[in-house]
Amino acid sequence: MSETKTIGGMREVLERWEPVIGLEVHVQLATASKIFCGCATRYGAPPNSQVCPVCLGYPGTLPVLNARAVELAVVAALALGCEVQPTSVFARKHYFYPDLPKGYQISQYDRPLATAGRLEIVLDDGGRKAIGITRLHLEEDAGKSLHGPDGTRVDFNRCGTPLIEIVSEPDLASPREAYLYLSTLKRNLQYLDVSDCNMEEGSLRCDANVSVRPRGTGELGTKTEVKNVNSFRYVEDALTFEILRQAEALGAGRPVVHETLLWDSVRGEARPMRSKEMSHDYRYFPEPDLEPLAVPATMVEEIRARLPETPAARAERLVKEYGLPEYDAGVLTSTRGMADYFEAVAECLGDPKTFGKVAANWVMGDVLKLANERKLEVTVGGPDGPSPLHPADVAAHIKAVAEGKISRNVAKDLIIEIPSGHMRYGEHAPRVLIQAMESLAHKIEERELVQVSDEAALEAEIEAVLAVHPDEVAAYRGGKEGLIGFFVGQVMRRTKGKANPQLVNEILRRRL
Amino acid sequence: MTPLGKRPTAAAIARRVGAGEITARRPVEEALERASAERLNAFLSLRGERALEEAELVDRRVAAGERLPLAGVPVAVKDNIAVAGVVTTCGSRLLEPYVSPFDATAIARLRDAGAVVIGKTNLDEFAMGSSTENSAFGPTLNPHDPGRVAGGSSGGSAAAVAAGLVPVGLGSETGGSVRQPAAFCGAVGVKPTYGRVSRYGLVAFGSSLDQIGTVATTVEDAARILETIAGSDPRDATTLPGRPGRLADGLDEADPASRIGWPGEFFGEGLDPDIRAACERARDRLAAAGAEIVELSLPHAPYGIAVYYVVAIAEASSNLARYDGVRYGYRAAGADELHAMYERTRAAFGAELKRRIMLGTYVLSAGYYEAFYGKGTVVRARIRGDFETAWERVDAILTPTTPTPAFPVGEKAEDPLAMYLNDVYTVSANLAGIPAVTVPFGRVRPTSERPALPIGVQLMGPARAERRLFELARFLEREAAA
Amino acid sequence: MSIGADDVRHIARLARLDLSEDEVQRFRRELSAILEYVNRLEELEPGRAAEPEPPDQPLREDRVVGWPDPSWFLDQAPSRDGFFLVPRVVD
Repeated sequence: MSETKTIGGMREVLERWEPVIGLEVHVQLATASKIFCGCATRYGAPPNSQVCPVCLGYPGTLPVLNARAVELAVVAALALGCEVQPTSVFARKHYFYPDLPKGYQISQYDRPLATAGRLEIVLDDGGRKAIGITRLHLEEDAGKSLHGPDGTRVDFNRCGTPLIEIVSEPDLASPREAYLYLSTLKRNLQYLDVSDCNMEEGSLRCDANVSVRPRGTGELGTKTEVKNVNSFRYVEDALTFEILRQAEALGAGRPVVHETLLWDSVRGEARPMRSKEMSHDYRYFPEPDLEPLAVPATMVEEIRARLPETPAARAERLVKEYGLPEYDAGVLTSTRGMADYFEAVAECLGDPKTFGKVAANWVMGDVLKLANERKLEVTVGGPDGPSPLHPADVAAHIKAVAEGKISRNVAKDLIIEIPSGHMRYGEHAPRVLIQAMESLAHKIEERELVQVSDEAALEAEIEAVLAVHPDEVAAYRGGKEGLIGFFVGQVMRRTKGKANPQLVNEILRRRL
Repeated sequence: MTPLGKRPTAAAIARRVGAGEITARRPVEEALERASAERLNAFLSLRGERALEEAELVDRRVAAGERLPLAGVPVAVKDNIAVAGVVTTCGSRLLEPYVSPFDATAIARLRDAGAVVIGKTNLDEFAMGSSTENSAFGPTLNPHDPGRVAGGSSGGSAAAVAAGLVPVGLGSETGGSVRQPAAFCGAVGVKPTYGRVSRYGLVAFGSSLDQIGTVATTVEDAARILETIAGSDPRDATTLPGRPGRLADGLDEADPASRIGWPGEFFGEGLDPDIRAACERARDRLAAAGAEIVELSLPHAPYGIAVYYVVAIAEASSNLARYDGVRYGYRAAGADELHAMYERTRAAFGAELKRRIMLGTYVLSAGYYEAFYGKGTVVRARIRGDFETAWERVDAILTPTTPTPAFPVGEKAEDPLAMYLNDVYTVSANLAGIPAVTVPFGRVRPTSERPALPIGVQLMGPARAERRLFELARFLEREAAA
Repeated sequence: MSIGADDVRHIARLARLDLSEDEVQRFRRELSAILEYVNRLEELEPGRAAEPEPPDQPLREDRVVGWPDPSWFLDQAPSRDGFFLVPRVVD
């Protein structure tokens, strides 16, 4: 087995065998309260502190549907291009497990909320592929069971969290495509505030259905289900493992058994679950405690009108409005937070076409670097965490450089001194910008950082530098044009970075 | 055994307490005394001190000038309805130690109106049965003949009311479980329109059929209780919007001249001749008062039991899945593996429960769903359709409530199917979601085989037509007394 | 319409009911009789379930309403350190 685990092995396998992958993704909806009761959904609370008789399945309790869960599910369905069904029906799915209090999960079965959608992914070679979405439906989450040798501990905080289950068509042809599908799905749903899609915290979970068939044939092979893939890192590993395993078996004349496998990330293998002879007969029937769910076309259109921009649409707009190259727009829209941040900086600066590229450079460069150092996300800040650097401060520095008050290098050095949370992002952006600029101006003055743009003064410095480096002068005059950078650098050192580098450059060229 | 009519009605108690003539404590105390001395096994638990404390609270509220429609009225509550802080056994070992942390909405509304819950009454386990013989805590006996059953599943509440222990009680209906025991015990029993009363706090049996119902010695009392507990509830998504209008005032002034349906299917084989005669008398009295009697057909009614035993039982098996010992209630000791723990815990269900769980699981299982649950749902819609057609021609339908009067304890215990057929006249209303009332109307002729057991006559009406049913029931109540 | 003892045992397992052999036999007889009775629905013409018609949707506002004392629930069953405890699951 080990020899086929190499990339080379995979390549060979893929020549002979075609993987067929479908993903079932469960996404926790970003509601404040649970789907059928008023308990909070916050992650990380002490065990069994966010529970009530309803989500604990106490005798005599009844579910009542959370309106926002419906709204977010419709948003997700629209983002995936699905057909939202005007009537959908909840159903009970029965099985016994300690973290399933009622002995059934309220889900949707043959009348789901939405059907027939698609998600477009961008492949590594730049091509695009549409992955079909079979269905999207609403359901409630179960609690968490922590298995130990002596018994199992159960925490019901998660029980009743609203979920949408998104089932893809088996259109994914490789582990890499599966990864791209998941990351695109995550980005889109995050953008629309449907979910924070955090695999580590369990707000996005993925099960894969995998089979292989000889390349060029049409019939599907026997599939297996791979579960417990609980991080983006493991998606490709787990799928690669399973594809190689199936290919090896089939190649050796052994059949693939239709079974469920659990991914073990520590050992890097997927092992069959020891299931009892009891098959999963879920005994679905329509949930009598809930009326069928009506989502009329008017409601769908109303939600569609209020939809936040998808990442693709936003990137397009950034290119148009700010004159950015596609690559930049792509980087800036890789998370909602960064896109919002960029536009906040641009809003402070006021002139999109002029400042667009500069602001993009700053955000993709200095701000991102600072954010990583401070272990923060690039966002404008909010209840989930502070901003690494206030957008108005960034704008102030950009403006100061543009107006020639300080040099780019000085600005770079100054900006990292500003602590995160320095100012609160709020409604008064113009006022905040003025504040930021005042604060910066004060600093510049105090520390005498004003950029020297006085030609006479600069000429003096330049003369001094040239005097000390006669060899380099000769070399430059002899053809080594690259040495201009050296001279500029020397002037900057002498002036402690305050010299206006463009001017220095100009004057040097005239002089030499 | 206290004959009906000798004890004060809820209306009388509320009036006297409200007027300051007596304290609320007095009727509550008297009810508690009578209940503690009872030999019918109607009550499973009494609230004692807590009930008296609540009565005193009512007195303070009355003194402060609050108008309480049920001031000081002692109420018996079926033990599958949640009362906060009180053990709610559902007649089962599975919930023998279970204390409810919340009040059913119906209970909260009773409290608001000044009523006092004095105790929880016996029932067939989880409301599944027609005799209260399926209780884990012994059967409830009929006040008219302690060798006979009180009926079920709300046998305890019906017996408590009929024996004069309390003027009113709450029961629950899925297939006739308030009306049948009310008829057996000679009390008024009401099943409201589905969705009329919140099911929040009613331990679920057949969720698409369940309703809390009322039992009383008079139609006015039964109507007054219903009026108090009915109305939409944000905690129950299946409740009807709004509240019903006045249900209990001015019933005597109403004109009984309505169109009354007489369905042939309810007067065939198997109906006790004395009960048939009582229904005919009721019909004739209505006709004499100006009602038009219309013979009609409810062709799918004979399939009601079959539909019920597919649909309701399927829902029941599902609703019982939560009793696994994990979070509350009884948990079997000594199991070192989870599924063994489940099996041993659930072995504490009684035989009828196990039978129904098995049947319900079977009809929902893979391969059988369409043939059973699917088919049952289709026929249920036809039963509903039969009534829709009938309402075009009549305002109410008159039938017997039960095929026989109260039967001896143990007579049907060995034959589940025979037991199920008890519900033949009552299930249609549950399946169609329509309201129905049973009124005591005479007795069977006493013989050497049986004493003069009560007879109940049933009126069914369109959805939301409780008022009209109460008017007609009040008329029959007056006629029965005459 | 009769069901066999194996069916009864299978259903009992699905429903997590532990039946003795006597119970298996008894339920087999009783359930067969009941199913026989219920099967009379077959006399009726087949039909399709009507389209479910949703009335005004009683939805709940997304607002947190916490239960005042959740620790009470842990006292109703075996629990430790804030978790409910159950015997180990043989998966």
